[in-house]
Formats: sequence, C-alpha cells, structure tokens
Amino acid sequence: MDAATIAAELKAEFPDEVIDINKFRGQVGVYLKKNRILDIARYLHDTPQYNLDFLKDLCGVDYIDIKVPRFEVAYNLYSIKHGHMLRLNVQVSENNAELDSVVEVWAGANWHERECYDMYGIVFNNHPDLRRILLPEDWEGYPLRKDYPLAGAEEEWRGFKEVLKKAEEFKQYAWNRKKT
Amino acid sequence: MEQEEDLKTRHMVINMGPQHPSTHGVLRLKLELDGETVVKCTPYVGYLHRGTEKLAESMTYLQVIPLTDRLDYISSMTNNIGYCLAVERLFEIEVPLRAKYIRTLVGELSRISSHLLWLATHALDIGAMTVFLYAFRERERILDLFELLTGARLTVTYPRIGGVKSDVNQEFIDTAYAFAEEFPSRVQEYETLIDVNRIWLKRTVGVGILSAEEAINWGLSGATLRGSGVNYDVRKRFPYDAYDLVEFDVPIGKNGDVYDRYLCRVEELRQSVRIIKQCIEALPRGPIMSPDAPKFTLPAKDKVLGDMESLIHHFMLITKGPMTAPKGQLYVAIEAPKGELGYYIVSDGTGKPYRMRIRSPSFVHVSALPRLCEGRLLADVVANIGTIDVVLGECDR
Repeated sequence: MDAATIAAELKAEFPDEVIDINKFRGQVGVYLKKNRILDIARYLHDTPQYNLDFLKDLCGVDYIDIKVPRFEVAYNLYSIKHGHMLRLNVQVSENNAELDSVVEVWAGANWHERECYDMYGIVFNNHPDLRRILLPEDWEGYPLRKDYPLAGAEEEWRGFKEVLKKAEEFKQYAWNRKKT
Repeated sequence: MEQEEDLKTRHMVINMGPQHPSTHGVLRLKLELDGETVVKCTPYVGYLHRGTEKLAESMTYLQVIPLTDRLDYISSMTNNIGYCLAVERLFEIEVPLRAKYIRTLVGELSRISSHLLWLATHALDIGAMTVFLYAFRERERILDLFELLTGARLTVTYPRIGGVKSDVNQEFIDTAYAFAEEFPSRVQEYETLIDVNRIWLKRTVGVGILSAEEAINWGLSGATLRGSGVNYDVRKRFPYDAYDLVEFDVPIGKNGDVYDRYLCRVEELRQSVRIIKQCIEALPRGPIMSPDAPKFTLPAKDKVLGDMESLIHHFMLITKGPMTAPKGQLYVAIEAPKGELGYYIVSDGTGKPYRMRIRSPSFVHVSALPRLCEGRLLADVVANIGTIDVVLGECDR
C-alpha cells in the first residue's frame, strides 16, 4: 500500500488529530496532535491492510525558535508483511511535555521512549519503567535540547566526587596489606 | 519440619558487569535470582555514552563521518556507508557504479569480520575456545585488507558522501579474491567444531526462544530477527549500493532459538563471500566519486597547497560545509552486521544536520534481553547476550 494513501486514510479516520501530511524524498510524514497517539498507534498496528507492526525508530526533535509547539516525537513505522513505511511526527508543547506511551502496542518502544525522556525531558504516560537510560540517574538537564550547551564548565560530575571520597575513606583500612 | 517453615528464602541479587568478559563491552545486568533461575533482569547501559548525536549537530555533514566509526567499532565500514547513504539521499547525489560496487565489497568484508568476532566470542562464552582462535585468524586477514585499502584497521572512515575516498588497487582485489576463494573452507572448519557438538547443542538449542510476532514487536532486526523466521533484510527490502545487482540468499531460521540464530549468521558468512566474488568479478571501470561530489569532498592535499581555487574550496567546506542542504527529514537504514542501522536526519537548510538520530540495532537488542533471560537459568544469560550480537559502543552512542 502506498504510504500517501495510508496517510490520507488516517486523516479521514482521525480528522481532528492530523494536522498536516508531508512528503520528502519519497517518505511520508503525518503531523499529529499528541492527545490520541495511543489510539492512532493501535489503529495503524491492528488494521490488517496497514499492519505497521515494526517500530523502526522513535526519537525526539527540539524545534526551539523554529516552530511552536517546541518538541516533536518522530515514530518511524514499517510493515514487515506489506513493506510500506510511514512516519508520525507528534507535536509536543514545552510547558506540557507529556504524551501517552506506545509500549503496549510496540514493546520495542520501551527504551526508545526512555531515551527520549532522558535526552529531552518528554514524559511518556503509563510507561512501565520511565528512568534515565544513557545518563546517570542524578543528571541535571536534558542534553539534546537545543538550549543545552555543547560544552560546559570544567566541573566533574558530582557522583565522581563521591567515588573519590569513598576511595579516600577506604584508604584507612589495611586490606590485608603487610605492615612495613 | 517446623524449622523448615521458619526458613526464610529471598531472592539473591547479583551484578553481572560492567566488567565481565562475556557481556561484550560495558553492559551491566542486575540479575535477581531464585536459586539458578533468573527472576528479573535489568540491563544498565550508558557507560560508553559519548553524545554522538549532540556532537553531530555542531558539525558539518562531512565532519560527522569519523564520528560514525566509533559506534559499532568492529564494523565501522557499514556505519560510514549508512551515514553517507542518508546524506546522499538528502542531497540527491547519485553515486557512480564503481563506488557502489566497492562499497558493497567492503561492506560485506566488514560483515564477515563482525560475524567472525561474534562467532569467536559467542563460542568462547559457551566454552568452545578453539573456534575463537580459528575465527580470529581469518578476521586478521580482513583487517589487513582494510589496512591495505584505507591505512586503518578498525576506524576506517573510507566511504565518503558521493563515493569512496580512494580507488582499490590490484593488490587489494587479488588478496580479497583469494580470501573469498578460501574462506568457505574455513567456515566449514568452524562448523565441524561446533555444528553437532553435543555441548554446543545443549547450550543453544531451545534457549532464548522468540516467536516471530514477538521478535517483530520488540523491533529486533538482522539475524536476531531472521532466526525467528521473519524474512526481513534491508538489503532486499530497500536495496542500496549494488545489492540489487548481485545475487544472494537471506537465510531464515525456524525455531527462533540461539542455535537457529547461530545457523543464520554462519550461512550469512557464505552469502557474503558470494557477494564479494560477484562484486570483484563485475567491478566496472569509472570514477569513484559522484560529479556532484566537489561540493562535499575535500580536494587533494597537493592541490590545496598549490592551487588557489582548491584552497578556497577547502576553506569553505571546512568552515561552512555544503550550504544548500534541502529542508526536510528522512530516515535511511542499512543492513549492518548486527541488524538495521538507521539514520534519521532532520535538515533545517544549513550545512549541519539539525538533528541526527542513530537507530542502532544493539540498543534495541539489549532492551529485549530481559524478555530472553527472565525465567531461564543463569547460565543461559551468557548464551543470550551472545546471540543478540551487541556492541555497546553502538548501544550507548
């Protein structure tokens, strides 16, 4: 099935949710509001003629100073059976940066959503285990946001200081060392 | 009897990794055990996180290529190819046929070397040491070939946007062909060691079973997915480079266990040899860089030193990058040795990628590890880590 046809039918099914349909280099992207993303995901996954069962990728994009709403979550979908591809670009605003998780539709979304949360601070509701994934749990800020600096002050991660302090503490024990 | 009722049992939590020989890098697994059975498995990743995606946003399209080497560092050639393909698609550059064949050739060499490393370490984890020594013997020859071609053994940075860096010479072609002639007999050697080895069968058959639906749902790709009987290979579905001009088969598994995935990858070694031979035999004459390429490729060093035009060209490329990137976003994937490696590039019309997302197969595969391990024995964890074929450099990016 042609991706443009799916996009058109999606617009007919969810007229209030689809904002725009974009085509670039043969790939079709559907711009969506975030409210009913779970319904749309399930619809695309379960409808036999679409059967978009393979979540290739899920990632966030930060469009600060370019457009409102600021964030976008991009879902690259593929159907193993039919061989068609579709992208969903879900719009997420900055002051209400949360949307429903699609883990119950595609299990593989689990870590992608965690990474998106880790890097952009976008919260996925009903996610089974929403924690930071690539960065330490006590990291401050969301690095892939455009207003996060590329290089920071020369300051060590404070967890590292704790490690050094621990090492100092341990030095007072003899650890079976032979006394000289 | 009463005493036994008083005995309180609790689950034991052990940390496997980050420094553990069979976690293939710095992967840490928190395992909750009930005796020998894994009740809960929580992977922790990120120890190798270098912020590649953030770095790429501050670099021109050309400068990003060496960054991609450091993702899957045992198969850097395919990472480069995937990135270059994505950018070529964005700029609509048509790569000359000779360069396409060369890329396919080196990509398949890279696949063999990656699969050999996988086979070696996977077998070593399960206890078959000899395979490790055999596989490294052949891998060394591929690395020597890369050294001959690019000067580097691991981080090659050989493909360029619009083609490849330099042409292959006769020595490379002869050595590669001799290797391809000989290699199938080597594969047979590995197979005689473990194919019907009773210990190998006991450790792999029926372990880590994933049904086709589940494997798709988890987003697995590459041989990890094909082992479950799903016919999905990016080289066939979205042919790139010269893959639509060569003949090869995609091996498919049946049971979706560790043994089937092993069979798939070993058969892929043979198919790669087939592709390499066809590439060498059909290698056409012609340029190795697209005619559009001067906009993207640095001029040769001697030209920069002697020719004003080239100097300006060099300067502009380094400082500004190609200025005419079309606005848009696209997702381009290749079949890397580990699975589907995708690049999602958002371009805002400047010379730098506005957003470059790397969809790495290892990241997805590690996320499915709890599904494979939970409810199984502790010893199977090692077999499962081996079978999903991960490299943590790619997982953490």
